Amino acid sequence: MTLTLRDVEHIADLARLALTAEEKERFREQLSAILDYAASLQRLDISDIPPTATVLPLRNVMREDVARPSLPPEDVLANAPDTAEGCFRVRAILE
Amino acid sequence: MQYEPIIGMEVHAELLTASKMFCGCDAHIFGAPPNTHVCPVCLGLPGVLPVINRKAVEYTLMAGLALHCQIAEFSVFARKNYTYPDLPKGYQISQYELPLCRDGWLDVEVDGQSRRIGITRAHLEEDTAKLFHAGGYSLVDFNRAGVPLLEIVSEPDIRSPEEARQYLIRLQQILRYLGVSSADMEKGAMRCEANVSLRPVGSTALGTKVEVKNLNSFRSVKLALEYEIERQARVLEAGGTVEQVTMGWDEVHNRTVVQRSKEYADDYRYFPEPDLPPLEISREWVAEIRSRLPELPEAKRARFIADYGLDAQQAEVLVQERAVADYFEEAVAAYGGAARAVAPWISGELFRLLRAQGLEMAEVPVPAKALADLLILIDEGKITSGTGKQVLAQMFASGRSAAEIVEAEGLAQVSDAATLEAAVRKVLAAYPDEVAKYREGKSQIIGWLMGQVMRETKGKANPQLVRELLERQLRQC
Amino acid sequence: MSLRELTIHEAHRLLRQGEISSVELTQALLDRILAVDNEVKAYLCLMPESALEEAQQADAAIAAARREGRLQELHPLTGIPLAIKDIICVQGVPTTCGSRILEEFIPPFEATAVEKLWAARAVLLGKTNCDEFAMGSSTENSAYFATRNPWDLTRVPGGSSGGSAAAVAADECLGALGSDTGGSVRQPASLCGVVGLKPTYGRVSRYGLVAFASSLDQIGVLAKDVADAALLLGAIAGYDWRDSTSVDVPVPDYVAALDGEVRGLRVGVPREYFIEGMQPAVERAVRAAIEHLAGLGAEIVEVSLPHTEYALPVYYLIAPAEASANLARYDGVKYGYRVADAVDLDDATRRTRQLGFGAEVKRRIMLGTYALSAGYYDAYYLRAQRVRTLIKRDFDEAFARVEVIACPTSPTTAFRLGEKVDDPLQMYLSDVFTLSMNLAGICGISIPCGFDEEGLPVGLQIMGPAFGEEAVLRAAYAYERSTEWHKRRPPL
Repeated sequence: MTLTLRDVEHIADLARLALTAEEKERFREQLSAILDYAASLQRLDISDIPPTATVLPLRNVMREDVARPSLPPEDVLANAPDTAEGCFRVRAILE
Repeated sequence: MQYEPIIGMEVHAELLTASKMFCGCDAHIFGAPPNTHVCPVCLGLPGVLPVINRKAVEYTLMAGLALHCQIAEFSVFARKNYTYPDLPKGYQISQYELPLCRDGWLDVEVDGQSRRIGITRAHLEEDTAKLFHAGGYSLVDFNRAGVPLLEIVSEPDIRSPEEARQYLIRLQQILRYLGVSSADMEKGAMRCEANVSLRPVGSTALGTKVEVKNLNSFRSVKLALEYEIERQARVLEAGGTVEQVTMGWDEVHNRTVVQRSKEYADDYRYFPEPDLPPLEISREWVAEIRSRLPELPEAKRARFIADYGLDAQQAEVLVQERAVADYFEEAVAAYGGAARAVAPWISGELFRLLRAQGLEMAEVPVPAKALADLLILIDEGKITSGTGKQVLAQMFASGRSAAEIVEAEGLAQVSDAATLEAAVRKVLAAYPDEVAKYREGKSQIIGWLMGQVMRETKGKANPQLVRELLERQLRQC
Repeated sequence: MSLRELTIHEAHRLLRQGEISSVELTQALLDRILAVDNEVKAYLCLMPESALEEAQQADAAIAAARREGRLQELHPLTGIPLAIKDIICVQGVPTTCGSRILEEFIPPFEATAVEKLWAARAVLLGKTNCDEFAMGSSTENSAYFATRNPWDLTRVPGGSSGGSAAAVAADECLGALGSDTGGSVRQPASLCGVVGLKPTYGRVSRYGLVAFASSLDQIGVLAKDVADAALLLGAIAGYDWRDSTSVDVPVPDYVAALDGEVRGLRVGVPREYFIEGMQPAVERAVRAAIEHLAGLGAEIVEVSLPHTEYALPVYYLIAPAEASANLARYDGVKYGYRVADAVDLDDATRRTRQLGFGAEVKRRIMLGTYALSAGYYDAYYLRAQRVRTLIKRDFDEAFARVEVIACPTSPTTAFRLGEKVDDPLQMYLSDVFTLSMNLAGICGISIPCGFDEEGLPVGLQIMGPAFGEEAVLRAAYAYERSTEWHKRRPPL
């Protein structure tokens, strides 16, 4: 599986990562090599094997609908890089 | 060429649970100061884990059953990956391949014609935070993040803006009946989006879908769809092609505007949520929930007609809200007389008083039993029907009982023959010309004379008695 | 023997007997850290003041227990100085995950495992270095600095819990918590010559463990010997309603399983775990260890785990896929690093992530995003999930025949710093014997079983079925009790 630069750019876009030209090329090579390695999986006939998303036999793990205290607002914002008016502040969104 | 609109609706309704979908934060966030209903889980701090709220699952199953859906035996949550600052984890916990409910339907009526709208699926997910745009910045309030959200997706079965509006009204009615959502569009507790495409009448091909967002009221839904249908028709008429875009409804200028063009398709990269084991919905659980479902509007309407002898229109008015229907039934039970006599008092006088005060039925200050007592006073001849209306207004304003008001204000109907005879005599003496006309054969003037006696007695006179006395005295003289 | 060389159970006995105080013990370890950690670089964050305070409180608790005749009830971790991998949240203490993007993050909540350590009145010395978000096998992927192997400072301690393993090996703590997603507790334990235990998935609450790959992550323990590992596991294991994947099964008395008895125990040896390219000294030591178990009366059974060769590609599709979602929250909005000079939000997000994450993390986010993306989901992610089923079935079938499985932990001993940083595949191969266990959700331990020609430790891996920790500990303890490898100290 050889990725193109366009593939890498598309993935980086989905993953919200800015990459330098050098990073793009390096990832293109490295990811291609890893995917080549993963190609061994294509050899297996697994059409009738169910996927395992979790190894646990657990089902219906739920909690009762009871409200509990929230964090004090100052703790909510304590780690924020930027705040205003009790809110997290971010750069405007340009559509 | 004649075009036919093909419309599908996607509705999100916030569920009325006490706590949020995956954490214990109080879910009643309306009006709360920003970021006061937030904990490490709904803020998406590193290291936290979600835990499913059982009530939210039950509410979704209730809605699914009310919408005639198939309830999944096996259902999983999935991560829907996209990045936006209102999404604390960078993914939304939602459902994808195995939703809780699918393949249901809802009947809507337009111009007396009933049509069945298919429900593709109903699933459970978490709400996002709220963004406020201020200058070059946006502010994020995470109170809403994690509030349980029921998503209901319809088949593209809707054929007109009015049908879309009726679909939403019916849906809102059902959610409110179930008590699972306030479904209040103005407060954002019910939000909707529509997919619209046009095709030539008679064709079965599907046109290009345009998604219309920001439909925040029933009115907006209708106006936006009308506008969008016309816009697409113009494009097609001019030989153009409709582009696959996302439009937003601009309430101020009454038009749809492109929110996101691009051929750029979303890639949400759904995969099963590894932090939450799957749900296995036993048939026993479904049966138990079904047994707890309240009577839904359609069934109630039919029953009101059959059991209470109401006409279709009366029944329709009374079942629109569960609180009204319950009030009606409670009043009928306390009254004991004909239900048909109770209905107009609710849909007429009581609704008028509620409207004047801007109150909801749930807030009505006159208990159903008190209304029944008032009607009994009228039936017993203690007060007239006209006085009854005044008394109800006072009951509404003061919360006192009808009997108290009648007593305190001296509104009791006068049936004392001596008092009434004196009043009749006084009226006949005052209007000799009218008395003469009566005797000349203009018998209908007795009605006018009765009015004068009623005025003389401030409306409290027993009208039947007054008529008898008048007739007797007119014959005598 | 100096205080810092004590095991937890030895220190506990001395504390109970009043021979030593927790303050003395804690001070001895702080002195040791001061003396050697500028070379080992195990700790990202040291907490000497709070540690001494906690030690004082522990001493007071011990004194009270003695007065009231309750010494028997004293928790074995009371007053014991421990270290915690910096990927586990401790309330009020910076938790960086070895990443620039969480440089200033201070959790306002406690991980459940940490809460349990506090309940036992343990002493927390500090937070240990790790590969960024636990992605790595050498601790070189820490954004802050690389940790060195105490046995040879030019070599890596393994990873990703390299700081915890090195701290235990260098007597800079009595025991430590780590996390294991594909071998991150066992592989560094092997490379540092200490004991590393990965519990069954669901045995220890993940609440407060910063997620890397949620279906594989599990908090584990690093210790000087098997008895200490049993004590530590007993302290942190158990059901937690805050983690829906924690399992509500009783926590047995793990220490009681340490009876030294393996006669008749069926020990499986998987032929797929002795592969070409593995270091001969490792194979020799592990084979000798298996012989040793046979000598103790265990029954050695050859077993097959036929899909072993697929574990690495399966792991490197599933773990990055989950990671790509788990790491999407680091956008510079709610916490952590954010670029200062962004022109708009999108620019801020993308460049915050570009500069906040290191190369390996970005590589895995890219890989995982790709494996989940439209058009590739079925061929990569879903296919990997199906093969995962086969890998799990291999173990189910093997454990129908044997109680535990013995094999190497790592194909090599500690490699040199920088040796594999430019070749991700080579680095990934150092987890080739550990990651199947995470895919299957089962438990296992790595214990010292010898040394190579250069004096570097070799680890023996003993795996057990889900919730088979007692069998694993029993076998490990029987081996350890009759050997001396775990008593050797690095020449620091």
